[in-house]
Order: sequence, then C-alpha cells, then structure tokens
Amino acid sequence: MKKIYLDHSATTPVDKNVFKAMLPYFSDCFGNASSIHSFGADALTGTDKAREQVANYLHCGPSEVIFTSGATESDNLAIKGLIGALRERGVEKMHIITSIVEHDAVLEPCMEMVKTGIEVTYLPVKANGAVDAEEVRKAIKDNTVLVSIMWANSEVGAIMPIREIGKIIKKHNERKLKNWNNTRPKERGEKPTPIYFHSDATQAINFVQCDVNWNYVDMLSMSAHKIYGPKGVGAFYVKKGVPIKSLQRGGHQEGNLRSGTYNSSGIVGLGAAIVQLDKKNQEKDNKKVAKMRDLLVSEIEKNIPDAILNTDRKNSTPAHAHYSFPGAEGESVLLALDLEGIAVSTGSACSSGSLKASHVLIAMGIRTEIAHTSIRFTLGKHNTETDIRTVVKKLAPIIKRLRKMNPVYDK
Amino acid sequence: MYSKKVLEHFQNPHNQGKMDDASAVGEDGSQACGDVVKFYLKVKNNIITDVMFETLGCAAAIASSSALTDMVKGKTIDEALKITKNQLIDELGGLPAPKLHCSVLGVDALHKAIENYKDQR
Ligand code: FES
Repeated sequence: MKKIYLDHSATTPVDKNVFKAMLPYFSDCFGNASSIHSFGADALTGTDKAREQVANYLHCGPSEVIFTSGATESDNLAIKGLIGALRERGVEKMHIITSIVEHDAVLEPCMEMVKTGIEVTYLPVKANGAVDAEEVRKAIKDNTVLVSIMWANSEVGAIMPIREIGKIIKKHNERKLKNWNNTRPKERGEKPTPIYFHSDATQAINFVQCDVNWNYVDMLSMSAHKIYGPKGVGAFYVKKGVPIKSLQRGGHQEGNLRSGTYNSSGIVGLGAAIVQLDKKNQEKDNKKVAKMRDLLVSEIEKNIPDAILNTDRKNSTPAHAHYSFPGAEGESVLLALDLEGIAVSTGSACSSGSLKASHVLIAMGIRTEIAHTSIRFTLGKHNTETDIRTVVKKLAPIIKRLRKMNPVYDK
Repeated sequence: MYSKKVLEHFQNPHNQGKMDDASAVGEDGSQACGDVVKFYLKVKNNIITDVMFETLGCAAAIASSSALTDMVKGKTIDEALKITKNQLIDELGGLPAPKLHCSVLGVDALHKAIENYKDQR
C-alpha cells in the first residue's frame, strides 16, 4: 500500500538537497562553531552561510537572525524576552495584543505574562479565520508594547493582513514619537516605548515571501521542518534595536541572546531549505500545490454530500483544505484513513488532550458539533493527482459508514 | 496507539445498526467531547436476546460499544448491569489513558436502556 501524506502543516519530509547539504556537518565538519581552531571555523562557515541565506529570504541583516530550536522557542523569546527587557528598563503596566487563533506557543507565554501583571487583548477573527487589521488599530492603547499576530493560521490556512497591521503600528509609533518630540522637555515624560510587532510565520514561510522590511515586522518566528528542512531548528528574526532579554544563560552564543552550542547540521539544513524558497521556485510550487488542493476540493464536492469547506481559498495558503463532514467524528475519520495509509489531522475534541474542540474553529464561529467532525488536509509539493483521487475514493465510504453509525445524524 | 482488538471492532463493528422492535432504548452523551452512544435491547424473560448500537464518536467509543454488545448478548439484565467499564476495557485489550472515558459512554447507555426497560414494566 502506497502511503499518502496530507499533513504538511504538522511537518514536512526533509528535502533531498537539504539532507545532502547537512550531511558533512555530522562527522566531517563536526567542530563546535564557537571554537577558534579550524574544526570550529569549518562549522562556523556553515552556520554563517545559513545565517545569510535566512537573512536574504527575510530581507534583514545577518546579525538580526538568531538560531533557535524552532518557532516555539522563538515565540517564547519574542514575548517573554521583550517584556523582560522592557521591565528591566523600568517600563511598567504593559499591554499586549494578540489573536485568539494563535498557536499555543504564543498564547501560553502571553498567559504567563498575565500572571506577572501584563494585560493581554485577544483579538477575534473573521469567519474565514483572518484577523481584521482594523481590530488591531482599535485595540491599541497607550501602554501597548507588543502586537503578536501569526502570518498564516495553521488549521484553516488563513493569511493574516500582516503588512496592513505593520503599517498601523508604524504610523502609531511615529505619531507618538512626534508628539513627544513636540512637547517641551520639561513637560514630557520618558521617551515613549514603541509598539513592537511580532509575527509567528511558521505556517506562512513556505508559501509567502515574508519580507520583514516590506511588512514592517520587528520580530519573526519560524521552524525549518515546515519548509522541508530538519526538525529541532528554527530562526528568530529580531530587528536591530528591539530590546530582548535572553531566556537561557550559558555559552554566550548569538550575542548572549541564545546560549547553547550551535546545532550546525540543523542550521545548515535550515539555510539549504530556505534557499529553495526563492521567488521563482516558490511560485512554481505554490501553483502546483494549489492545483492539487483545488482538485481535492472538487473531488470531495463531487463524491461526498454535505461537506463543508472551512478554508477560504481566496485568502489562504495554497496547501490548506480544512473540512467538516457533519455526522462523522474527526478522529474516527482520521483513524480510518490512517488504516488506509493516508495521513491527515483533525480539530475534533476527541483527539485533543483537553477534549475541547479546536479553539481556532470555535473562534471562527464554527459550532462545536461541526468542529467535532473536522479534518484538515495540508498538501505538499510531492503530492500527485493520483494521491488526491485515491484519498477521496477512500474517504467517501468512510464518511458514509460513520454517518450511518451515528444515532443523531439525519440519514 | 489503539490495541488490535479496538481496531478490529472499529473497522468491523458487531451488532451495529438500528432496531425497530426494541424492548428498550438507552442513550448517553459525553459532556467532555460531545459524543453519543445509543443502545437497543430486545429482552425476553429477563434475558437480553438481541442488542444493537449506534455511536457517534472516536474509535474507542465505537469499539467499546461494539464489544459491549458481544458481552451482554444472552445475559440476564441483572448480569448485564454488573458489567463494569474495567471489564470492558480489559475485553478491548486496554485503551489509551485519554480514551478511558469513552468506554463509560457505552456502559451508561446500556444501563439507561435497562432502566427504561424496567420502568416500562
Ligand atoms: S468519544 Fe470523544 S474521545 Fe472518545
């Protein structure tokens, strides 16, 4: 049985070229990139090159790229690191704006900050899962110091209006500074703390040119394993001048911001993976993936009655097709597909440790019973037309069977 | 993560479907995740001669319902009432920890069906 993988939002296979680029850094160029001898220098050459590759992609300076273990760490560094640094500078009573559809790697650090007296506003989303930039403008307060909005949502794939939000923040900061400059030195207080803009771009990086300059982003998080790179490595972009307090101490790597021996093979893999996302390649892959995704949607439309597409294809990554199949519980669908060698994911309460339906779907206004029947397909560049047709062929009878078993589904 | 037994019941559930001439019906839903199990019983001289189930839920809920129908068929209603969720879980070759509550659904639905049966008389 040929296995079919449609869960690329969870992780992607390591690209062959990426793997090849990494190989020398295990046993040949194994040195510690912080060592002065040639072994160290060889490893450093690799990490330096990767740093430039990431910086090129993000349109920032190499010194603005910090290597981490992945987006979770980057998110923690952005939120706790910024608040910690501002606190050390004497800033008090801070306010954070984020959205209710963020990943837990953003939501939980925010909750942790609440416990230390920080106020957090969780913005709602529109029915398509995207934040409305206007909501950000409305939520800004005098003491807002951080806005953290993901670039693309992992569940339904909605793309957020990052540039618009970035512009709103930039204008706000400029106005505030101008007012301060125009106030007599005797009458004005401390120089105002600007609002910093962080975006978790983990799900977007593969599909969108995340140019931090063009989009007015001050901090960005990403993981290599979502872009056909290795697991356990990622990057944190932090614009020069943004105050960050490190979360771990020790070896003084990354300008003291992120201590810990460089994961040189992983970092080289991240660089090699991000290079493959150059504009031309990305456009080509996006087109291919979107075509497969659209085929999946039309096949489901033809073969499965009463299926609800939750992804707004006009405003989503090309890879996402998030469905509800009312009457068929999501985890059962997932398992039945898995027994056929097909991998997907679900937002059903049954499959979450907490037994709560996905917070993203609920935020979009999807009823719990419907969220309960949700299946997320996320396609990748290796999926073929045959894959898609096979999936729908296997899926249709599974939905039918589970609906038939359901005592409360109107058959 | 599921035992072979669970997967078997999930793929080919026993006694699955509706029963039009049931002596009693019982339904139970899970507060936690929103799932529903419905049991249909046919009882003659206090013996459960036939049983069917319908379930909306995860594989653990479906497999539990299916295994439970096997366990109660031919038993007296009092014997059936004595079946515990742990016996059911053993019968299934165990359930993953977060799925233990799913087995309760079936047991509760069965109990409700038996209560309904007793009430009718
Ligand atoms: S029925 Fe919901 S978790 Fe088992």
